[in-house]
Amino acid sequence: MGAEFLLQGATIKRLLVGLGVTLRISLVSVALSIPFGVLMGVLFTRKNRMLQVVLRAYLNFIRVMPQLVLLYVVFFGSATTLGLNFSGEVASIIVFTLWGAAELGDLVRAALESIPRSQYDSSYVLGLTQRQTFLRVILPQALSRLLPPSVNLVTRIVKTTSLCMLIGVVEVVRVGQQIIDYYRFDYPQGALWTYATLALLYFCICWPLSMLSKWLEGRNTR
Amino acid sequence: MSTISRRTFVKLFGSSVMTMASLGMAGCGGSSEDAAATDIASDAEGFRTLDQIKESGTVIIGVFSDKAPFGYVDDAGEYQGYDVEFANRLVTDLGTQVEWVATDPANRVPFLESNKVDIILANFTVTDERAEKVDFSLPYMKVQLGVVSPDSALVKSVDDLAGKTLIVVKGTTAETFFEQEYPDVELQKYDQYADAYNALLDGRGDAFSTDNTEVLAWAKENPGFTVGIDALGNEDTIAAAVAKGNDTLLGFIDDEIKALADENFFHNAYDKTLAPVYGTDVDPDTLVVEGGAI
Repeated sequence: MGAEFLLQGATIKRLLVGLGVTLRISLVSVALSIPFGVLMGVLFTRKNRMLQVVLRAYLNFIRVMPQLVLLYVVFFGSATTLGLNFSGEVASIIVFTLWGAAELGDLVRAALESIPRSQYDSSYVLGLTQRQTFLRVILPQALSRLLPPSVNLVTRIVKTTSLCMLIGVVEVVRVGQQIIDYYRFDYPQGALWTYATLALLYFCICWPLSMLSKWLEGRNTR
Repeated sequence: MSTISRRTFVKLFGSSVMTMASLGMAGCGGSSEDAAATDIASDAEGFRTLDQIKESGTVIIGVFSDKAPFGYVDDAGEYQGYDVEFANRLVTDLGTQVEWVATDPANRVPFLESNKVDIILANFTVTDERAEKVDFSLPYMKVQLGVVSPDSALVKSVDDLAGKTLIVVKGTTAETFFEQEYPDVELQKYDQYADAYNALLDGRGDAFSTDNTEVLAWAKENPGFTVGIDALGNEDTIAAAVAKGNDTLLGFIDDEIKALADENFFHNAYDKTLAPVYGTDVDPDTLVVEGGAI
């Protein structure tokens, strides 16, 4: 088969440790993105011109900057100019939180704005209080519209964390490259098998998320 | 009415979000504490002097982790290779622990400039441009160009290339060297190493030139091809590098390189790490530099 090297030494264990790093960066970033993103989305819906300009500028800045450039700026730039010495993982989490919060903020804004004014008015006519209207009418609708694209955002973050290896973080793809390089001469087909394994590992994480998103979407349009 | 109430909802939502955000900040505080623990105590210039490294008990060394045989990780997860042999020796003589950082060709200079690592030992070729940003130690290896060709029509000197096609990879030293020194040699250029080797294998070109380390390793794996010219052109040296101005650490490394000549350290490192890749036909002295003396 030519793939038996995957079972030699500590190969599997190292891949799983690398996957752990990938997951840790992704999950911490996502967890931090949620409060900041929701806050940003809510601020977006405020009719404050100044706030709108600032938030829009932030969102566009994060969107046009390649994540790799952001990683370099936060990891190397902050150390040379500000004297802030982040470890590779912390720098990665900062960048993916900045990115996640910006994208999630836009999703929250879209979800809140998509609830028609008539929903508010109808609730009052039925005699619901402000609190009841928000919790029972507006929030459930906004959430069901927000969840599917948010889950997609999570899968994008998980996949993009492979860039972290370029600031010295040994995550799952870097471990894969080390394995390919080590077995380069003994197993010329090793690259194919290693990349297939990496694909499978990413699939195991992203596919359930993608299914979740689909299921939520289905529930939404029911 | 609806406008006002909407705003109130947003406020309500906003305040709950604020609470979540502060919780998030608390979580963030936890992780930044971890970051502080790994923070490097640094002096005014930013880099750590020899004494500071010894005091901290850990030296941070940037090496390649996927460039065998210079720096790679073996199947047990341990760093190995020619560069790592020297790094391990430095660690022993410093009397400290080591923290490896996996570097790539493009981020070796930034790692030193931002003081994220103390030493870079990653097949670092000395160039004038790099020497403006980092300080290089004495060399411990040298690289020249090599030319590999099929045994049936072996190219043993540049004269043999007359009327033949030489394969080069764009942007490499080989391309510049032949364009400037031997403009008569007909070049066939490729973007990728893999394409260049395939062109040599299927006969689109008669010979291929790039760093001698690269062609030597390839020829060993491909029977029927031999490196006819193993040292051509300017001699590039490979050395350790430290942050600009870190004289105490640089002095330590230079002294080590000089002292290690007595035990033929780099030849032993060659036998252990490079010889299995290059084979016995290669004279180690075309690659190894002992005691920093070219």
